[in-house]
Amino acid sequence: MKKTLIAAAIAGSTLFTSAAMAEDYKIDTEGQHAFIEFKISHLGYSWLYGRFNDFEGSFSYDENAPENASVNVTIDTSSVDTNHAERDKHLRGDDFLSVSDHPTATFESTKYVPDDDDEGEGTLHGNFTLNGVTKEIAIEVEHIGAGEDPWGGFRRGFEGEVDLTLADYGIDYNLGPAAKEVQLTLSIEGVRQ
Amino acid sequence: MWKNTSDKYGLTAVLIHWLSALIIFGLFALGWWMLTLTYYDEWYRLGPWWHKSFGITLLIVTVLRVLWTLINTKPKPLGSKFERLGAKAGHFLLYLLLFIVMISGFLISTADGSSISVFDWFSVPAVITDLPKQEDIAGDVHWYSALSLVILAGGHGLAALKHHFINKDSTLIRMFGKTKRKS
Repeated sequence: MKKTLIAAAIAGSTLFTSAAMAEDYKIDTEGQHAFIEFKISHLGYSWLYGRFNDFEGSFSYDENAPENASVNVTIDTSSVDTNHAERDKHLRGDDFLSVSDHPTATFESTKYVPDDDDEGEGTLHGNFTLNGVTKEIAIEVEHIGAGEDPWGGFRRGFEGEVDLTLADYGIDYNLGPAAKEVQLTLSIEGVRQ
Repeated sequence: MWKNTSDKYGLTAVLIHWLSALIIFGLFALGWWMLTLTYYDEWYRLGPWWHKSFGITLLIVTVLRVLWTLINTKPKPLGSKFERLGAKAGHFLLYLLLFIVMISGFLISTADGSSISVFDWFSVPAVITDLPKQEDIAGDVHWYSALSLVILAGGHGLAALKHHFINKDSTLIRMFGKTKRKS
C-alpha cells in the first residue's frame, strides 16, 4: 500500500514536471486568429469552401520536445457557414451534420510524430468525433511560427490538413462521386497562458 | 359581378378563394415532396424554384385579398350564433397561419440577404437577415405552421361539406358565386 502511494506520488510529480515544461496555449478564437475551414468538390468541377465559425480549444507545445504536443478542439457544428442560408440549413439537418443530435464535433490528439526530414512539420494523431462517430485520424501539421506579439503576449501558430471520408461519419447523402471526401483545414493561433 | 353583396360572393372573392386553395395544397404537396429529392434529381433545383415563385405570388395575392375583404361587404354568415363565431375564429386563424407560413418561408431563403426570384420575372429583396439561426428557426416555423394550415384548411373544407350535406344550406354553393340552392 505504502509502496503504491509512493509510486503514485513519483508518477504524479513526473507528470507535473513534464506538464510544467510544456507551454499551454489557448486557441485565439476571441481575436479570430483561428479558422476551421473545409473544402469539398462540387460535382468534380470546382471547390466549395465552408467553415465552422464557433469553436474553442487549446494546445500544449514544447519546442524542445515537440513529440509531447497535444491538441484539443471542440467545434459547434451548428456554426457551419458556406455563405448560403438554404445550404447551411440543409447541412445542419439530418442529411448531413444532424446538429440537434450532435451539437459538437471534437478532436483530441493522442500523439504527435514530428517529421524526420522537415523541421516544424509532423503528423498529429487523434480521435475525431463528428456526427456522433469517433474515428482515429492523422492530421498533417505544419508549424507556422511563434514569438512575442506587439501587446505583451506570446503566440504560436500551426496549420493542419486532413481528408475525411463523409461516409465514415455516417454522412452518406449522395453529392456525387467526386464529393465523397472533404478536406478539413485547421489554421490555429494560440496565445500562451 | 366582381364585388360581394350581402347574400352573394362576387367573382373576385370566388376566384381568389379557389385559386388560393389550389396553390396552398399544391405548395404543401410540393414542399413535402421536395424534401425527399436527392442532389441528382432534376427537380432538386426546379422544385424550390416553383415553390418560392408560387409562394411569393400567393403572398401578394393574399395581401390584395385581405384589402379586398376589408373594403367589401360580406354575405351574411349562416348557421347558429355558435357556428358563426367558430367560423369567424377559424377564418381568422386560416389567414394568420397563411401569413406565418409565407413570411417564415420568405425568411428562410432570404436569411443570408439573397433575394427570391419569382418565375425569373422579378425578384423580391431580403428584408430581415442574419438573425441568429434565422434559417433554422424560420424553417421549423414554416414546417409546423404549414402543417397546421393544411389541417385547418381540411377542417374548413369538411365544415363546408357538413353545411352542404347535413344542414343542406347554401354555404358551399355560395363559394361558387351562387345565392340559393334548389331544394
